[in-house]
Amino acid sequence: MPPTLEVRNLRTHFFTRAGVVKAVDDVSFAVDRGKVLGLVGESGSGKSVTGFSILGLVDPPGRIAGGSILFQGQDLAGLSEEEMRRLRGNRIAMIFQDPMMTLNPVLRIDTQMIETVLAHAKVSREEARQRARDALGQVGIPSPEERLRAYPHQFSGGMRQRVAIAIALLHKPDLIVADEPTTALDVTIQGQILAEAQKLCAESGTALIWITHDLSVVAGLADDIAVMYAGKVVEEGPVTQVLDAPLHPYTVGLIGSVPSRNHRGEPLRQIPGMTPSLLNLPAGCAFRARCPRAEARCAEPPPMAEYRPGRFARCIHPYEEAAAA
Amino acid sequence: MTVFLLRRLLQAAAVVLVMSLLVFLGVYAIGDPVEILISPEADQIERERAIKALGLDLPLWQQYLVFLGNALRGDLGRSFVFNEPALRLILDRMPATLELAVGATILALLIGLPLGLYAGLRPHSPVSKGILAGSILGFSLPTFWVGLMLIMVFAVQLGWLPSTGRGETVTVLGMRWSFLTRDGLAHMIMPMVNLSLFKISLIIRLTRAGVRETMLMDYVKFARAKGLSPARITLVHVFKNILIPVVTVVGLEFGGTIAFSVVTESVFAWPGMGKLIIDSINVLDRPVMVAYLMVIVLMFITINLVVDITYSVLDPRVRLEGK
Repeated sequence: MPPTLEVRNLRTHFFTRAGVVKAVDDVSFAVDRGKVLGLVGESGSGKSVTGFSILGLVDPPGRIAGGSILFQGQDLAGLSEEEMRRLRGNRIAMIFQDPMMTLNPVLRIDTQMIETVLAHAKVSREEARQRARDALGQVGIPSPEERLRAYPHQFSGGMRQRVAIAIALLHKPDLIVADEPTTALDVTIQGQILAEAQKLCAESGTALIWITHDLSVVAGLADDIAVMYAGKVVEEGPVTQVLDAPLHPYTVGLIGSVPSRNHRGEPLRQIPGMTPSLLNLPAGCAFRARCPRAEARCAEPPPMAEYRPGRFARCIHPYEEAAAA
Repeated sequence: MTVFLLRRLLQAAAVVLVMSLLVFLGVYAIGDPVEILISPEADQIERERAIKALGLDLPLWQQYLVFLGNALRGDLGRSFVFNEPALRLILDRMPATLELAVGATILALLIGLPLGLYAGLRPHSPVSKGILAGSILGFSLPTFWVGLMLIMVFAVQLGWLPSTGRGETVTVLGMRWSFLTRDGLAHMIMPMVNLSLFKISLIIRLTRAGVRETMLMDYVKFARAKGLSPARITLVHVFKNILIPVVTVVGLEFGGTIAFSVVTESVFAWPGMGKLIIDSINVLDRPVMVAYLMVIVLMFITINLVVDITYSVLDPRVRLEGK
């Protein structure tokens, strides 16, 4: 049986007047039933665009310029818009970053949930309403019957994200793409939502892609991790191994940037410089201008290579020892 | 809601009072109607009798108080020219203006909303660019010129439509209406189109801007991620959001059309309120001018109230609490 989702050499480019922006450039990863993949990177690394590419929601001037997105063995990149629509919200669901913005402010919660049920299932309105109510209960919203009649502005941020998650769960999807769903929330709410996401995947066998810039979120939640930099996956592997013994200098820098109790009193470590503009990426390794280990050979584009079993990195001189500690 | 309405009513009363004072002073400043109304051959005694009969011998503040007292009893004075109650004169003309304004507004919505929606959804298509260019024409061509051109083409050269007057009317609820007869409707078409041209352009531009802005919102992307059909996203998710600014502007425009459709009414000799006010200003018929402006003030207050209530229906975040 093929994995739930396998992305191979995905390229999503934006053809702007100023030039071609290679937001996603040769990205590959896979995620299987009941597993969680953490997609990590800075702003502008292409992680959100990867998520939108999977759902076919990349707007012009952007488009998928190459590669394949195999969902249960079927290539999504070749599907028509209507075939894609039938999958979206049904077999593949998405949760967005800002819960204050994802629900339509002028429509009641029941309208927004029932329309999602009816978009994919031939059931009566009553039945659809019943399903909406059950989904709200499932994500821990008290008195769901009453809350169905409320408008989004009558919910707190955390509650709105629960509603968005309930909407994503309506059709028991096989894959959920969650784009920084807890970034805008309080830490306590974030913890609750993470716990529920984990439980959900384990119980229902849903595959989950969790896009985030926060390594600590991924550490507790994900099974595997893919680190993105300037449109490319630079390191990939099981989450504990990658975080304990990162191979790529960028991953090392990311881990070093997380404030920690062990380094109290010392200045925080940071990665020098900025993410390069995607419009004119330097040839070779995109990270080399900021890399402490850069050398002349880095001007050649480094290939993705398996340095240890299951551990991939796009670097010609990876850290062999546990360098992040 | 009740508190809101009550507050609004009090505010309205205050606005009407202030407005009456301003209007009264303003009209007083324009000129002395005596010179126009009384024949130059009249002798001094006749003149003084006429001035006394019109109440123009009293000091200004007394004239105002008399006017205010009468107004409270629903009497806004008698027209100097027609010797009829000014209010009845205006209300007689109102249906003509009202049906024209309502017709023009409906026409503008029927044409403007779909075109604006299309132009907003496909901003780069040649059709959208054509629509937009057309809206610039609608904005900038002067109303009187368009009116004359309409008459030239459809009345004079093609002979399809009548060019002046209201045509056949029927009396319903004690008022005469044109839109209920075939002939009256034919008479309405050209002035209606003429009046709606500017409004169509306005609604196209508002709708287009609203659609383009709304399409970028996260909730539209989320609606797409839910697998909704494009039709549902456009007609429910986007449309309901853009209606809010459209309602505001259409409300104000509607009031403006009723109050100031003077040019169109003159070009098509449409016996509405606009023509009445212009004629009254020409002969300094003070009671009609004052009464007219008071009616317009009341109308604007009512329209604004309706717009506010519509808001609360369209946008649940708006609460009518009168704060």
